[in-house]
Amino acid sequence: MNEGNISDSAAVGADESLTGLAAMADHIANVVQPMAEHISVVRGEIELRVAAASVPQALGLLRGDRQAAFNQLIDVTAVDYPEREARFDMVYLLLSMDNNMRMRIIASVSEGQAVPSITSLYMSANWAEREVWDMFGIFFSGHPDLRRLLTDYGFEGHPLRKDFPLTGHVEVRYDDAQRRVVNEPVHLVQEFRDFDFLSPWEGVQTQMASEPAPQDKSDQKG
Amino acid sequence: MAEMQIKPITMNFGPQHPAAHGVLRLVLEMDGEVIERADPHIGLLHRGTEKLIEHKTYLQALPYFDRLDYVSPMNQEHAWALAVEKALGINVPRRAQYIRVLYCEIGRILNHLLNLTTFAIDVGAMTPLLWGFEEREHLMGFYERACGARLHAAYFRPGGVHQDLPDDLLRDIRNWAQKFPDFINDLETLLTENRIFKQRTVDIGVISYEDALSLGVTGPCLRGSGVPWDLRKTQPYDAYDEMDFDIPIGKTGDCYARYLVRVEEMRQSLRIIEQAIDNMPSGPVMAQNNKVTPPNRGQMKQSMEALIHHFKLYTEGFHVPEGESYTAVEAPKGEFGVYLVSDGTNKPYRCKIRAPGFYFMAAVDHLSRGHMLADSVAIIGSLDIVFGEIDR
Repeated sequence: MNEGNISDSAAVGADESLTGLAAMADHIANVVQPMAEHISVVRGEIELRVAAASVPQALGLLRGDRQAAFNQLIDVTAVDYPEREARFDMVYLLLSMDNNMRMRIIASVSEGQAVPSITSLYMSANWAEREVWDMFGIFFSGHPDLRRLLTDYGFEGHPLRKDFPLTGHVEVRYDDAQRRVVNEPVHLVQEFRDFDFLSPWEGVQTQMASEPAPQDKSDQKG
Repeated sequence: MAEMQIKPITMNFGPQHPAAHGVLRLVLEMDGEVIERADPHIGLLHRGTEKLIEHKTYLQALPYFDRLDYVSPMNQEHAWALAVEKALGINVPRRAQYIRVLYCEIGRILNHLLNLTTFAIDVGAMTPLLWGFEEREHLMGFYERACGARLHAAYFRPGGVHQDLPDDLLRDIRNWAQKFPDFINDLETLLTENRIFKQRTVDIGVISYEDALSLGVTGPCLRGSGVPWDLRKTQPYDAYDEMDFDIPIGKTGDCYARYLVRVEEMRQSLRIIEQAIDNMPSGPVMAQNNKVTPPNRGQMKQSMEALIHHFKLYTEGFHVPEGESYTAVEAPKGEFGVYLVSDGTNKPYRCKIRAPGFYFMAAVDHLSRGHMLADSVAIIGSLDIVFGEIDR
């Protein structure tokens, strides 16, 4: 019941300033060399862009590498940009406990393109990829059990795509005559309204440069 | 007599089962009484939180976080508030940081009280639940006095907390914190050395060190498997780096170790609560930045500009600069994260919520294989599962 190790690594974490991140970014670029399309450090976070086909290989290298040691896959998700040619961005969030660092891998995927599954590398990818399949309709090749996860049995469509309406397409109710739950097209008594409230009013357009970001506080202390 | 071949039978567990901790439907393939495969069907509480957030302003999105893990609402809000603050690049006043830490730890005790006592009732002990809910009632009273709501608080806002605490609240929390260790001791006399409790939990649902990492398990379950990792220590946010507390680590990775870790975490949370109260600085509880945080009622009566700011903030909301970021906090259940993509407007472009329980649920199949049917109940109980956050 002691936490000697953990406070040590916390001290290391405090020392890791942006230079540490940049060094790690350089190291990552070396490890995945031919695959890296772009690597950057934005807002204290490392972002690596690779092609979708090389995601498993890049992840395998980053996990196996002694110095990088990204040993936990925190999450897998996607972002939909309908106006782009390659519509989706697959996002893999990684954590290295040894270095106390996070990074993300982003891969562009077009509609209908299959992404190689990484379930053989991380067990946590199993459900995460099922959720992405359910919500965005991105197919994962080599996934052992790619079924829908969160939506209803018999659901059609992929809800988190930007062209899927907030109200959905069908609604369910209990039908007394048929004595069962029935699906019906959504009937709105009033037109769906979605105000954006956007105005030329000056909002916060850029990061406020006068103050350091809250995350930098620990760096200054260390 | 000829040898009989017993076919594996498929059994349906839930979705309306008291030990399913909500709406879990578990399809079990059984060989006699041994589980061969567990297939959790989740999503019965799916409300489309991430889709809804894309249609709300940053401030309107905040109350959805209370409704994810409704057992410890403020810890979730904290992740959202930190994510927005990171994107905006604003600082939070020290008093607000301390209040947040104080209420996060109250939330942690709320969560562990519910988990430990319902876990006990799952394996056959009724009394802890009745005792624990009385303590939860005190804590929800503290929630109510700070923000007016017992559960869905909407108290942590980007830039600080919504209101300052009433005068005598800190004194009352302190008084409660002095009495609470007795309750933990009583709880432990009921469970820790209880023969039945140990028979049901020791060596059940063991997560090894490697599996814990690969399964994406975080929080007390990860520490129960001997991994010294707590975001409050390793990546401290708000005032956690000024607090003195220890991180309990389990040795065996079974249901019993997870129980012990949570009990000790409650004691450590009390230490943090006492430090937060003793060192509570004075000052504002909201960043003084009228482009992000609303003016107070008095200013609105005096100043036209304040009135305009108030109106614009509660209709249009504030704009968040373009970019992507991932922010995580150590919620009572584990790492709760928000992956936020903003496109420069007043609404998030995409908000992915990383719920710790989602990965616990995914691990149930791996953990319950080869165990008896009754053990699956102990495993689910020890993992700390709340469907609000799993189904989102």
